[in-house]
Amino acid sequence: MKKYKWLVPTLYIIFLMLPIYWLINMSFKTTTEIINTYSLWPQKFTTENYVKIFTDSTWYMGYVNSITYTVFNTVISVAAALPAAYAFSRYKFLGDKHLFFWLLTNRMAPPAVFALPFFQFYSSVNLFDTHIAVALSHCLFNIPLAVWILEGFMSAVPKELDETAYVDGYSFGRFFFKIFVPTIAAGIGITMFFCFMFSWVELLLAKTLTATEAKPIAATMTRTASTSGYELGLLAAAGTLTIIPGAIVIYFVKDYIAKGFAMGRV
Amino acid sequence: MNKTINQKAWFFVIPVFVLVAFNAAIPLMTVVNYSFQETFGNNVFAWEGTRWFKQILLSERFHAALGRQIAFTFIILLIQIPLGIGIALTMPKKGWGVPVCLILMSMPLLIPWNVVGAMWNIFALPDIGFLGHSLNGLGFDYNFTQQPGDAWFTTILMDVWHWTSLVVLLSYAGLNSIQPAYYQAAEIDGASRWATFRYIELPKMKKVLTLAILLRFMDSFMIYTEPFVLTGGGPGNTTAFLSIDLVKMALGQFDLGPAAAMSLIYFFIVLLVCWVFYNLMMKNEAQS
Repeated sequence: MKKYKWLVPTLYIIFLMLPIYWLINMSFKTTTEIINTYSLWPQKFTTENYVKIFTDSTWYMGYVNSITYTVFNTVISVAAALPAAYAFSRYKFLGDKHLFFWLLTNRMAPPAVFALPFFQFYSSVNLFDTHIAVALSHCLFNIPLAVWILEGFMSAVPKELDETAYVDGYSFGRFFFKIFVPTIAAGIGITMFFCFMFSWVELLLAKTLTATEAKPIAATMTRTASTSGYELGLLAAAGTLTIIPGAIVIYFVKDYIAKGFAMGRV
Repeated sequence: MNKTINQKAWFFVIPVFVLVAFNAAIPLMTVVNYSFQETFGNNVFAWEGTRWFKQILLSERFHAALGRQIAFTFIILLIQIPLGIGIALTMPKKGWGVPVCLILMSMPLLIPWNVVGAMWNIFALPDIGFLGHSLNGLGFDYNFTQQPGDAWFTTILMDVWHWTSLVVLLSYAGLNSIQPAYYQAAEIDGASRWATFRYIELPKMKKVLTLAILLRFMDSFMIYTEPFVLTGGGPGNTTAFLSIDLVKMALGQFDLGPAAAMSLIYFFIVLLVCWVFYNLMMKNEAQS
């Protein structure tokens, strides 16, 4: 029994990789080949789909837009969540528990509920179709998440650290940035990873809040599909490219992931 | 940790409070506003009281969408939680296998949701997709764009593919936090594999599993993009879950009143279930 234990994760990983392989397979075929023949690997290997994406600005700008608002969102979420998480982990104050649950309820709000009011709200403040609008709207679910994860990491740091620093004559600001932030660097890394992840994969709000200037890559893909028939090869190449930023980010935080989950927060 | 009482801590919370309130409270008020009124365009509104709420709560369409949603969430929880635990139990604990497993298993979590839908669409197409082609080759009459049963099968398989890794990662982290001494004690007592799992591993994973169930419940209950791209809610309305139905009503038909009422009912259901879960979770935390 023990000897065959490795089979389970191996089979699971094969199951995970199959659709991804199929997408990559398609991305190196021409659309005609995809429609007319079924084959496990490209018969007439072509990179023209990728060339098209990297030379056509409506395509590659989609990636630039997506990455821009994702980075904005990650920075805003973490910056705002740091002091709040500190307050939740160190102090009791009026309404703290209710506030914490209220924050979490926003992680539970179905984006579909907010799509229309967001559209109207951001249009009325003239932020429609800007990166900042998407970044701000994603704060709805990323800030609660960031506060939740960071609070977990901060609570694991003993309070004596704060007290010793104050005795040593550190001001709050110096203590926070010079001592506290480096102590929970791993936690901040994990938080940024999850903020990046949830902002990167979200489409409904990003699509609703943009038209042309800040249109995410994912929306470019759906619109192309509906206007010019199914250009499957191109679609597959664009899809393959959206996997890459995520894969890079995972590679950098792989050592922290298990640790972050171990905090029991995510 | 014993916390000090400090009302000034509110100042630390203000940025978060403002940002989330800006995003949540204002749009939510808009929804509440619409839910009680009839709109004629050009900002002309008429008070409708609870008419939309009654209409939604009594409508067959809402009942059907809610029924599909509950069935879907129930099925995926039933598959993903045991499967996730099983995979976590068999994952390597040290060596080169750990980063390989972690990286490869996290992959589906970082793919944009519509790409997940598009990928599964291509993968499952009966004529050119690997899954569809293979199933038909094996003699099954499979076509997810035509047959409701196949559409459900594909949607569920896609969600299992997409999210089981989250349960795996959480369970794995829970398992890793168990001290080796527990296992040694179990071995000395001659505990069976099942007993070890039931009395040592499962209780230690309770916290992360509650979290996994909570997260999977919330996210599957809100699912929109993946089934929308995969099946478009079809064939017919057979895979139109709550969010898909809601967006159709709000942005497609522009029935703002009923859509707003439906949003609030929808949100309320999610909130209620999560509140119960959250309290259970906090109770567990207080005990341990």
